[in-house]
Amino acid sequence: MNALIRDIYNSTHEFVRTFGAFQLFFLRLIRHSPRMIVRRPGLIVKQIYNAGALSMVIIMVCGLFVGGVLGLQGYANLSRFNAEDSVGTVVALALIKELGPVITALLFAGRAGTALSSEIGLMKATDQLAAMEMMAVNPVRRVLVPRFLGGVIAMPFLVAVFTCIGLFGAHLVSIDLLSVDVGAFWQQMQLSVSMDDIREGIIKSFVFGVVASLLAVWEGYNAMPTAEGVGRATTRTVVISAIAVLILDFMITAVML
Amino acid sequence: MLRRRENWLKALDGSSENLIEIRDLMYSRGSRVIFKDMNLTIKRGEVTALMGPSGTGKTTLLRLITRQLVPQHGVICVDGVDISSLNQAGLYEMRKRFGMLFQNGALLTDYNVFENVAFPLREHTSLSNRLIRHVVLTKLHAVGLRGAADMWPSQLSGGMARRVALARAMVMDPEILIYDEPFVGLDPISMGVIVRLVRRMNDALGITSIIVSHDVAEVSTVADCSYLISDGKVAASGSPDELHAANSELVRQFMHGMADGPVAFHFEAPDYAEQLLGRDAE
Amino acid sequence: MQQTRSVEIGTGLFVLLGMSALFFLTTQTTGGDTFSASDTFQVEARFENVGSLKSRAPVSMSGVTIGRVTSVAFDPDTLDAKVTFVIDAKYNKIPDDSDASILTSGLLGSQYIGLQAGGSDTYLEDGSEVYFTQSAIVLENLIGKFLVSSSSGDDE
Repeated sequence: MNALIRDIYNSTHEFVRTFGAFQLFFLRLIRHSPRMIVRRPGLIVKQIYNAGALSMVIIMVCGLFVGGVLGLQGYANLSRFNAEDSVGTVVALALIKELGPVITALLFAGRAGTALSSEIGLMKATDQLAAMEMMAVNPVRRVLVPRFLGGVIAMPFLVAVFTCIGLFGAHLVSIDLLSVDVGAFWQQMQLSVSMDDIREGIIKSFVFGVVASLLAVWEGYNAMPTAEGVGRATTRTVVISAIAVLILDFMITAVML
Repeated sequence: MLRRRENWLKALDGSSENLIEIRDLMYSRGSRVIFKDMNLTIKRGEVTALMGPSGTGKTTLLRLITRQLVPQHGVICVDGVDISSLNQAGLYEMRKRFGMLFQNGALLTDYNVFENVAFPLREHTSLSNRLIRHVVLTKLHAVGLRGAADMWPSQLSGGMARRVALARAMVMDPEILIYDEPFVGLDPISMGVIVRLVRRMNDALGITSIIVSHDVAEVSTVADCSYLISDGKVAASGSPDELHAANSELVRQFMHGMADGPVAFHFEAPDYAEQLLGRDAE
Repeated sequence: MQQTRSVEIGTGLFVLLGMSALFFLTTQTTGGDTFSASDTFQVEARFENVGSLKSRAPVSMSGVTIGRVTSVAFDPDTLDAKVTFVIDAKYNKIPDDSDASILTSGLLGSQYIGLQAGGSDTYLEDGSEVYFTQSAIVLENLIGKFLVSSSSGDDE
């Protein structure tokens, strides 16, 4: 019984410590950010390319099919109430407020996040970070900050593209396939989607971008410098990002309602 | 023994002949004590070798000297400055005086050879591209790899990667060059090349070199002074010849590569016969 | 150098695409923000019941959006709802005896204020009040009335 209590105490202690270290790490990245933005924009551009441009294809393909399936489901269920015209509204609201940011964040964690953490983990395992340290170059500033900022900047754009392609997919399915009236589709959508909905989507995409990039960079930086450690860090990146994104999504939605 | 005393006394009067001084160093990782009451002096302009059986924390010692790790107790002075007293900026200023060659080269994988060598210049100076090109090609020429400037780290052999890393370590003209296991896993030709480079860099540029290695033969050819580290302490020190002639059991075992001796062949284990007969299982 | 160029081009394309996607979302999927005049004047109106009218709802005349509701508040003295809205300054010839009603776009859509022109020679200006108002039609009340009248019809 005593051992159990001690175990619980130890793991709680460890959790709180890690959580605190994580916050401090975040602050450290933020502190170094302005300087890197001013002095080394080229490095950040390269990371926007890595995190954003290279994730474009997967985002577009997934967006198309998510939008398409929303169109199908929306039509099938709304036509029970003779409300097929609202398909546009349903799809647009679902994509803008929820599915766009959430699914993009999950895909981002899987595509860009894992790439980030394995890259940083390998740099650590092959002493590249220590070598920078020895060349009097701060690896946090030189390696982590651009990657973090690249992810944060890329995310809202990825979400916007995902949402647009999703709408296009829904348009394709419901209008060209199921012959919903094109005017009704767009007009109903425009009447019910407000600027607030889009703002909610943008806030979410920004928050998810920060969280997913931060977790990827953190896991990579704290990976055990072995092949197994890097692999484990990559897995943890995806799992923890997914959990964090979904929990935060719930919290933001609850606050913004 | 007498020589060690001499070293001690020299260190105490703080003569500038000693570039790096380590006093009463204590470092432990978890419950495992790696160094205890270690004293060590590295002289300016010499090639100093730190030798010892694997697992004695030679690489750890390098990381302590460059303050990638911080000791629990003791003082490490570089050129009279206690490095544990430095703040981040001061530490980075200090590190610019060091060049370090990592075990596997530690080249940055997303840059080619040229950019790897140019990296410290681009980070710390605002030299023009032409000047950077000039400096980098000079350094690459010195290690004989000017022709490989456009290659990528993944295309290099182990020996080449180490030479590129050496060029990179030298590009800022450091005062102290540190080699972490520079001879491991090299074929005899590459090994010879590196040995020659180490000596040449040291003498031509007047820098101080520190080599961590357990290759007795190679070290003997380049080092002016060697320290043999065992059990968290300096077990012996002196020129290679002195070490060869030493009559301490441990030094003899290490220098002549004997399988059994003070460093036991067998890792600590229960009695062989008893374990085989399975008596301890009960 | 070639590599840097392709990175730059890729990033440029990506950001442009992202921005146009954002632009598309903000302009094409929303309808509420078509009104964006900078020069406006303020008018108020009192309603017995505003239904679910919210601030930022459009004010329209003959189906064209000419203004936006800025606030909806309950007045404890007169016990009715005071709605303040702004109208684009270029529509300065709206008769001051026009009447305002709260209408619903579509059967279940959002509510807005519709202005119906009157015949007066004086016009609405900053600070004036619309006196003729018609409250929102509350669906529940309507159904209630319908039920009452049909059940009373049964009795006879």
